[in-house]
Amino acid sequence: MKVVVTAEAATWDACVDPRFGRAPVFVLVDTDTRELSGIDNSRGVAAGQGAGVQAAAVVCRTGATAVLTGHCGPKAFAALAAGGVRVFTGAAGTVAQAVESFAAGRLVEAQAADVGGHWA
Amino acid sequence: MIFAVASGKGGTGKTTVALSLALAAEGPVELLDCDVEEPNCHLFLHVSSVRHEAVGLPVPVVDPARCDACGVCGEACQFGGIVVLPHGAHVVPSLCHGCGACARLCPTGAISETVRRLGEVVEGECGTVHLVTGRLDVGQTLAPPVVRAVRRRANGAGLVVVDAPPGTSCPVMAAVRDADVAVLVTEPTPFGLNDLELAVVALRRLSLPFGVVVNRAGCGDRRVHNYCAAEEIPILLEIPHDRRIAEAYARGEALVEALPELKPDFRFLLDRLRAMSAAAKEPSHANV
Repeated sequence: MKVVVTAEAATWDACVDPRFGRAPVFVLVDTDTRELSGIDNSRGVAAGQGAGVQAAAVVCRTGATAVLTGHCGPKAFAALAAGGVRVFTGAAGTVAQAVESFAAGRLVEAQAADVGGHWA
Repeated sequence: MIFAVASGKGGTGKTTVALSLALAAEGPVELLDCDVEEPNCHLFLHVSSVRHEAVGLPVPVVDPARCDACGVCGEACQFGGIVVLPHGAHVVPSLCHGCGACARLCPTGAISETVRRLGEVVEGECGTVHLVTGRLDVGQTLAPPVVRAVRRRANGAGLVVVDAPPGTSCPVMAAVRDADVAVLVTEPTPFGLNDLELAVVALRRLSLPFGVVVNRAGCGDRRVHNYCAAEEIPILLEIPHDRRIAEAYARGEALVEALPELKPDFRFLLDRLRAMSAAAKEPSHANV
């Protein structure tokens, strides 16, 4: 399956960025083939507001079925849910460690946003 | 004629000045409380025959059966209020500014609009003062539409006094836009000066003629005065740093009613504002 990890760079040993909408890079990982690619999110990093929603749209378009991140706010969570993407919060360490934790079932699937919105 | 009372810093005395202008004026006045996040003019007036009316904003509703996820609406939206996911458009009401572009541009007619309530406009009378208050609902962040709703209520036949929100952001611009002249209320402190400078930049960008009222004159230092002199900004009035003024405010009494000896000062301020407005309307004799 394909998952997206929010990270600081598009490598296996890059640190996970816990902020969903403001992470510099979305790392798209195929957990079966171990293929890895990066999607730039500098627009989200610089966005005034609505970064989470735009990030959710980007993630939905990758075809990933899950996102591994630190935290996810209400507007992003609603958009990901609408797009059929499952959200796993609490990811930490490197991209490789996050994927490993996910594969081992150690990341918890969020049923709702785990942090408040920044604007409304 | 529209006089806007603004400030960079909060708590400098906008409401005190706006109320004093309204109560010192002879004849009918429309007082517009545009500080919709925390309106307070009504606390100082005994307002009767109060009417409430809701203020809302159009927000899109997507018919999933007709949306083919073409992406036109998401590209048109400047605020991320509608995003297109692989299976269709997704609305984020709290980011929507109600411009209507998505509904108008949708090629399949999948988008209709409903109204999202943002707040209310409250109107009432107190003697010769017609008070219009804007009130943003708790939890809402989009103040400008409520500010504009208040501004639209003014018929402008007589004097209109606008009590603007503090700061220099969108709600302030919505409150002071198209005023004839503005008053910036400040206090002679480093904080007062810092935020006054920001407000001056904003008003100059709007090409609005303005002057400064120094409140709590006598406290702080001379930096506000020195700044105004250097920038050639007129100081129109100084309100003394006087415990009796704070006491009257705390009792909910309007300044010119608690201390009637200050009324001539505000009549003088009204005259100066009228003169500034008239001067700004005259054809310029400056070199072109």
